[in-house]
Amino acid sequence: MTDAAAATDGEPLRVILAKLGLDGHDRGLKVVARMLRDAGVEVIYLGLRQTAATIINAAEQEDADAIGLSMHNAGHLTLAPRMVNAVKEAGLDIPVIVGGIIPDEDITELLDKGVAAVLGPGASTDEVIAAIRDSVPS
Amino acid sequence: MFERAVAGERRALGRLLTLVERGGPAGDELAEIAHPRAGHCHVVGLTGAPGAGKSTITGRLAAAASAARADDTPGVGVVAIDPSSPITGGAILGDRIRMDEVIDREGTFVRSMATRGSSGGLALAVPGAIRVLDAVAYDPVIIETVGVGQVEVDIAGTADTTVVVVTPGWGDAVQANKAGLLEVADIFVVNKAERPGASDARRDLELMLDLGAHPVEGVPHWRAPILMTTATDGTGIDELWNEVGKHRTWLQETGELENRRQSRDRFEMLGRVDELLGAVGRARAESDHGVRLLGEVKERSMSPAAAASELLNDLLQ
Repeated sequence: MTDAAAATDGEPLRVILAKLGLDGHDRGLKVVARMLRDAGVEVIYLGLRQTAATIINAAEQEDADAIGLSMHNAGHLTLAPRMVNAVKEAGLDIPVIVGGIIPDEDITELLDKGVAAVLGPGASTDEVIAAIRDSVPS
Repeated sequence: MFERAVAGERRALGRLLTLVERGGPAGDELAEIAHPRAGHCHVVGLTGAPGAGKSTITGRLAAAASAARADDTPGVGVVAIDPSSPITGGAILGDRIRMDEVIDREGTFVRSMATRGSSGGLALAVPGAIRVLDAVAYDPVIIETVGVGQVEVDIAGTADTTVVVVTPGWGDAVQANKAGLLEVADIFVVNKAERPGASDARRDLELMLDLGAHPVEGVPHWRAPILMTTATDGTGIDELWNEVGKHRTWLQETGELENRRQSRDRFEMLGRVDELLGAVGRARAESDHGVRLLGEVKERSMSPAAAASELLNDLLQ
């Protein structure tokens, strides 16, 4: 197991990967799933057309360390903060990380609204892992 | 946290299952609390080749079981296992995507688990996870193994009812007569039954069962039924749930349930014995004594087996 992906206590990180709503572009999500697997992460892959409720449900049952959302339909400014709020309302302390096609000028707004990190195309495995590790509460 | 899980808090239950997976003192302590309260749920194991439709059937079966549950019970527990990478330890746990659309989220608790180095089709934490789900009153608990080949049959030592899923074209009568997976089935499912070859698959299984053990007077006999399903649209799932129920009744009436659970307890205890003795052995191998013995093996003045006996000499009296 690579040190990069182990949680602070030596256990593998468990990360949920999903796409919210009507957005059928899941190639990126699959690439990230594989990237994380190869870095020693246990990926709980939910895939396409999820709702905030299904993701929260999975996060509770799977005791996930982080939620990764992939967004390619320009809905990120609406959907990502909604997900962040749903996590808070459920009383969970789990970071929401967004990847995909996010215009640079939207990144600050997403971070302001509670998204833990925003990753674009070309982010390396190390960058993705670092973003997850930095945002998971220890 | 255990009491919160008993009270229905899903997040607490999710966290408990993480403790089970991590093992160690916290896991042992949890087992101490859970064990006296467990022993009530029926454990159904689903196994079969990769892509046979195990996850989809598991989801549908959980939905059927959940619909049939009593109002005052939390519902159906599902543990779905996928393989860990032997290289990196990472895993893609993708069983939920086959289930989320059909299960009743109120009446079902689904946990994905990676094998974390275990090779028999299950994860080491599975018995512990069953114990916890059982102790907080989930019933039944359905275990979906990783996609297996012919010999990964750990599930049969863990489940009360083992369901083996095959698909049309999975093999012929010769495959069916080989030892392994097919021997452990309590129920067979031919999934994707709408495809060509489904009735051939059924026939080959029937032939195999005909060649197998015949009923002996006074010995309880269960001939595994063969069910045809199309899990994607739910065809045959009610019949499958029905057969699981019949098998449960048969196990109870014949006393076979007690036998199976006793051998399961034994299996788990002996597994832990292996683990503890192995830990002692590995620690001793690092000691001066161990290093000296390893040196003798290297010089060929002692065999590895003799060195191992010597290492554990005081325990082997």
